[in-house]
Amino acid sequence: MRRIFRATLVFALIAAAGGWWLSAPSRLPASALDGISGNATRGEKIFWAGGCASCHADPDAEGDDKLKLAGGQRFPSPFGTFIAPNISPDPENGVGGWSALDLANAMTRGTSPEGEHYYPVFPYTSYIKASLQDVADLHAFLMTLPPVATPSAPHEVSFPFNIRRSLFGWKFLYLKSDWVLAGDLTPEEERGRYLVEALGHCGECHTPRTALGGMDRGRWLSGGPVPAGQGRFPNITPAKLTWSAEEIAEYLKSGFTPDFDSAGGHMALVVENMAHLSPEDRAAIAAYLQKVPPVE
Amino acid sequence: MATIGLAEEEGPFANEIEARQGLMVYRAINIGTLAAMAKGEAEYDAAKAATAANALLASANLDVSMLWPPGSDNAANPDSTASAAIWADGSDIGAKAGAFKAAAEAMAAAAGTDLASLQGAMGDLGGSCGGCHKAFRVPTN
Repeated sequence: MRRIFRATLVFALIAAAGGWWLSAPSRLPASALDGISGNATRGEKIFWAGGCASCHADPDAEGDDKLKLAGGQRFPSPFGTFIAPNISPDPENGVGGWSALDLANAMTRGTSPEGEHYYPVFPYTSYIKASLQDVADLHAFLMTLPPVATPSAPHEVSFPFNIRRSLFGWKFLYLKSDWVLAGDLTPEEERGRYLVEALGHCGECHTPRTALGGMDRGRWLSGGPVPAGQGRFPNITPAKLTWSAEEIAEYLKSGFTPDFDSAGGHMALVVENMAHLSPEDRAAIAAYLQKVPPVE
Repeated sequence: MATIGLAEEEGPFANEIEARQGLMVYRAINIGTLAAMAKGEAEYDAAKAATAANALLASANLDVSMLWPPGSDNAANPDSTASAAIWADGSDIGAKAGAFKAAAEAMAAAAGTDLASLQGAMGDLGGSCGGCHKAFRVPTN
């Protein structure tokens, strides 16, 4: 409780210090997508790599029902309960009226078309590293999906976290576009880094969070407690994840560990996404995971 | 994600948790035999495949109700990765267990026939593991 209280206080101070006029959400330049056109076929790969359905579809959905992005999944946290919104192309209740630039501002800046900050439960701290071409392709694909007329439910977040302007301070601290794993990488490892750090947003669960709820990049992918839930997200650095690259790739495809245990919880949904990727992309993720620094 | 390990014999429900985790390992060993053949990592052997599939089906038919007393979840004993959702109102654990049993029956009918039949039954079998774990298992290191 004390930890949350302290977080609340710091949060409020940052908000006040940031100032109202300073705290308006940032956007990409209006010309950011000039010369870029989206391709829905490529966008489907981005959709699976980005894991959109895992949060925005019904968790029990199978097959084509995973493409009905009505939202509604609940995400409890120390700051309140967030509820995934409708991102189907319904013009009233979803994102049917969004331009590709709107999607790019949402995913890479955490800024809504109305100019509000999104809560970072939406993993824009990862998607900020996504290429704008991939975002445009994803936009083209999303617009081909079935519209669902379910209204988005409001988040159940209380003061002070319900003041979205205060997220300015949070973004200042935690919205970083540089790679966590820098240095010389092979092309395969670079591809894996893009899939893990950007689209796959693996760090959002597998990296421990600070008291303010930002990813602790110094302990990248080393696991941590499930916020307001049971269990722990596992450490997937080489300190604990000692499988071969082939075994990691197989797990991402079938959900089976080398011992034929099988993926559980939200990770089972992640595996359902990863199964749509190419074998080369799964191998690239494995190559990257073997390259990150081990953290005990 | 962690390797299955037997629970240390301490804490609430230690014996129940150890027994059901042992049963999961028993299933994993037999699924491993079948999966190795399905993926071509081991040569197809009809007798071995049938033995593994029949063992799996026998485990699916066991009455395990006494191993899952209400409250024997991860919150009660961190050695368990069971979610409290198993016992919550509206839980469809019975239907998910039924899906595993149906997949094990299909595998028992297919495994000894030929490799193609075994491979055809593998997807539903793996899916039934994941179906239950997705809804009812908490993440652990």
